[in-house]
Amino acid sequence: MSAPTTTRPDDRTADGRRARRTAETASIGWKLLLLKITALGLLNAVSVYAAMVLFFNERWLIGTLVVVGGAFLTWIYFQRGALPAKYLAPGVVFLLIFQVFVILYSGYVAFTNYGTGHNSTKDHAIHAIMLQTQDRVPDSPTYQLTVVERSGELGFAVTTEAGEILLGSAETPLEELPDAVVEDGRVVGVPDHEVLSFAELVERQQELTTLAVPLSEDPNAGALRTQDGQRAYVYTSRFVYDEAADTMTNTQTGDTYADGGEGAFVTEAGEELMPGWRVNVGLENFVRAVTEESIRGPLLYVTAWTFAFAFLSVASTFILGLFLAIVFNDPRMKSRRYYRLVMILPYAFPGFLSALVWAGMMNQEFGFINNVLFGGAAIPWLSDPWLAKFSILLVNLWLGFPYMFLVCTGALQSIPEELTEAAQMDGAKPFQAFRQIKFPLLLVSIAPLLISSFAFNFNNFNLVYMLTGGGPRDIEAGINVGSTDILISMVYKVAFVGSQSDYGLASAFSILIFFIVGTISVIAFRRTRALEELN
Amino acid sequence: MAQSLRPPTRRPAAVQPATRRPDAGRPTSRRPVARPRPFRRWFAQTGWRHLVGVAVVVFAAFPLVYVFSASLNPGGTLITANTLFGNLSLQSYVDLFNRPQQPFAAWYVNTLFIGFSASAGSVMLGALAAYAFSRMRFTGRRFGLITILLVQMFPQLLAMVAIFLLMLSIGEIFPAIGLNSQIGLIMVYLGGALGVNTYLMYGFFNTIPVSIDEAARIDGAGHARIFFTIILPLVSPILAVVALLSLVATLSEFVIASVLLRDPDKQTLAVGLYQFISQETSQNWSIFAAGAVLAAIIPVALFLALQRYIVSGLVAGSVK
Repeated sequence: MSAPTTTRPDDRTADGRRARRTAETASIGWKLLLLKITALGLLNAVSVYAAMVLFFNERWLIGTLVVVGGAFLTWIYFQRGALPAKYLAPGVVFLLIFQVFVILYSGYVAFTNYGTGHNSTKDHAIHAIMLQTQDRVPDSPTYQLTVVERSGELGFAVTTEAGEILLGSAETPLEELPDAVVEDGRVVGVPDHEVLSFAELVERQQELTTLAVPLSEDPNAGALRTQDGQRAYVYTSRFVYDEAADTMTNTQTGDTYADGGEGAFVTEAGEELMPGWRVNVGLENFVRAVTEESIRGPLLYVTAWTFAFAFLSVASTFILGLFLAIVFNDPRMKSRRYYRLVMILPYAFPGFLSALVWAGMMNQEFGFINNVLFGGAAIPWLSDPWLAKFSILLVNLWLGFPYMFLVCTGALQSIPEELTEAAQMDGAKPFQAFRQIKFPLLLVSIAPLLISSFAFNFNNFNLVYMLTGGGPRDIEAGINVGSTDILISMVYKVAFVGSQSDYGLASAFSILIFFIVGTISVIAFRRTRALEELN
Repeated sequence: MAQSLRPPTRRPAAVQPATRRPDAGRPTSRRPVARPRPFRRWFAQTGWRHLVGVAVVVFAAFPLVYVFSASLNPGGTLITANTLFGNLSLQSYVDLFNRPQQPFAAWYVNTLFIGFSASAGSVMLGALAAYAFSRMRFTGRRFGLITILLVQMFPQLLAMVAIFLLMLSIGEIFPAIGLNSQIGLIMVYLGGALGVNTYLMYGFFNTIPVSIDEAARIDGAGHARIFFTIILPLVSPILAVVALLSLVATLSEFVIASVLLRDPDKQTLAVGLYQFISQETSQNWSIFAAGAVLAAIIPVALFLALQRYIVSGLVAGSVK
C-alpha cells in the first residue's frame, strides 16, 4: 500500500501532476479541512490518553502499539499522497484488531490451559487460595473499623489498639493514614473517600463479609475481615506460601503442594489445589482432543454431522428452491407475485426467532405439530437423536429455500430461451434439454453461491443452538455436547455454557474449524477461479 | 408437515411442462380472442403450479401465522396457542413491556442502536475500501483483495473465545469499551465489516465508469469530493443492500452479543428473547410470541420494501 500510481493519463507528466494537486487542494475547502483536523485531533487525544492509562497499568507493549498506531494514522492523513491508505485505514484498523488479531489469539489460547480455575496469573491464584481458606487468628486484637468507599470499591479504615490509623482495600494492603478525622478512637472521615452509613452497610453486607484487606504485601501475613462492619479481626490462611521453594503448605494437615508445571499446585499424590493459573500447555489440548476417548468420540461424530448437516441443508434447499423457481418461472401463470411475496417471508423473518418458534411448535408435549397435526401423538421431534437431526434439516429447509428460490429464479431468467428451443429443434426431449443445457448453465452461476451457502451452514450456530441447543445431550461424553451439535455450537458450549469453561480446549476446536473452512475455501477458489478475475 | 415435504419428490414431473413452454404456448397465442381454456389444459399448463404454490405458501407462512396467533392469546402457554386465533387481544403486547425481569423495551432500543450503528459503520468502512480498490492502483492491491476474499471465509464467530478474552482484558483497563459494553460490541462488528462487504461493493463500484471521476476531476474536484458527492450517490443501491444485509445480520447475531453483553439491561433482542424462552419454556409463550412479532417487524418490513435491491445483492453473492 505504498506510493500510489494512479491510472489517470495526465499523471505521467509533471504539469499534469501539478495541475491535479492544485485542483485537489483548491477543492478540499476549509470545512473539510476543519473536519479533518478535528478528527485527527480527537484521534490523537484518545490514543495519547489510552497509552497513558495503559502505561499506568504497566501494559508497556500494548501502550507502545497504541502510540505507534496513532502516530502512523496521523502520518497517513497529514501527508500528501498515500491516497489508498487514507481510504483503507479505517476499515483495516478494525479488521486487524477484531478479525486478524483474534484469529491469531485463538491460536495462542489453544496452547494454554485458560478456563475455569485457570483464569489468571500465579500471584492472583496464590492470593485467591489464601483468601478462600482463611480462619480467624485466635485471641487476635480487635481493630475499630470504619468502612469507606472510593469509586465503588470498598475499603477499611481502622484504628489499632495502639492507636495507629490504617487504610486499605482488597487491592491495596493496609497503610498509615496520616490525615484522617478520628472521634472516640474511630475514624469518621477519610480524604477522597466516603464513609458508609449503617443503612449502606446493611445493603452491601454480602460484599462486606467477603472483603479481605491484606495486612501487607506478604500473602502469608494475613488479612483483616469483618462480620458486622464495626470491628475487624486478623484472619490468616490455613496455607502458607513458601516463596523460595515455590510451595504451598497446609498448616493444619501438613500437606505440601508444589507447582506441578501445569498451572496448579499439586501434592505428590496428585491432589490439586484450586484455583490454578494460566500456563502454556503446548499441544495438550490437541492431544486431549485426539486421545481422550470421552472427547475424541464426540468430536468425530460432531465433525461428521457438521459436514452432513451442511451438505444436506444445501442440497435440500437447492432442490426445493430450484423446483419452485422452475414452477413459478412461467409467464402464463397468474398472481405469481403474491406467491413470491409469501414465499420469501421465511427469509425475511429473523433466523433466530424462526428457530425459537419452530422449537415451540415441535415441543413434544404441548407443541402444535404433535397436538394438532398429529392428533396428540408424542413424537420426540427434538429429543430423539435421529429425529432431532431430521427436525433441524426440516427447519433449515424452511429457512433456506426462499434464498435458493430467489437466486435460482434470477439465474434461470438470465439463460436465453433460444438455447432450449434450439435443443428441441434438434430433437431433444424437454427434460433432456433442461438436464443437459439449462442445468449446467445454471450451475455455473449458482455454484459459488452453493459453496458459500455450504460455508454458511457449516457454522449455522443460531439454528442449532436455538432449535435444539445441540441436544439431546450425549451423557457419555466428557464435554457438554449433544447429537445435533455442530462444531461451532460445541465450541460455544465448551467455552461459555455451564459452570466449567475450558477456553483452551474450545480454542483448539476453533483452530480445527479454521483448518476445515480453510481447506473448503481453497477448493472453492480453485473451482470458481475467483482469484483469476481479480485484476 | 406431510404436505410441505411433497414438492421435492414431484420434481421430475414438474420439469417437463416448464421446459415445454415454447411449443405449448403457441396454440393458445394464435387465437385472436382469449377464450376460457378447457380445465384440463389449464391444469396441465398453469393449474398444477397453483397447487404447488398453495402448498408452499402454507409451508412458508404457517409458522408465522402461528406465532402471530399466539401473540394475540393473552396469558397463553404453549398448549393454548394451538387453537389458532381462538382469542384476539393485544394484552400480551402490553404485558411484554411490564416485566422488570425482562426489559423488552431496553432490548429493543439496544438492538436498534447496535444494529443501525454497526450497519452504518460497516457501509462507510466498506465503501471507503471499495473505492480505493476500484479506483486506485497501488502495490499490495491484489494482495489486499485476496486477503479480503479469504477473510470473508472465516466468520468472526469462529474466534468467539478470543474475542471474549480480548474484550475481558480491554474491559479491565477501559470499562467503557470492554466486556459488557455496547460500544465494544459495535467495534467488534465493525471488525467484520471489511471482510463481508468490500467485495460486494467492489464489484458494484467497478460498474461505474471511470470517465465520471475524470470529468469531475477536470472540473476541479478532489478525491474526497468525488467520493462523497459523486460516487456515493451513484452506488446508493449497493449501499442500501449492504446496509440492510448487515442490519439484518446484526439484529439476529447471537453468539458474540451473548458472550459480550452481561447485564439484562444492555442485551439485545436475540440474547434476551433466547434467555426468556429458555427460562420459562412453555409458560409465557404468548408474551414471547408478542415479542417475536415486534422484533420481526422492522427486518421484515425493510426486507419487503427493498426486495428488489436485495435480490440483486443476493445473486451477487452473499448469504444470510
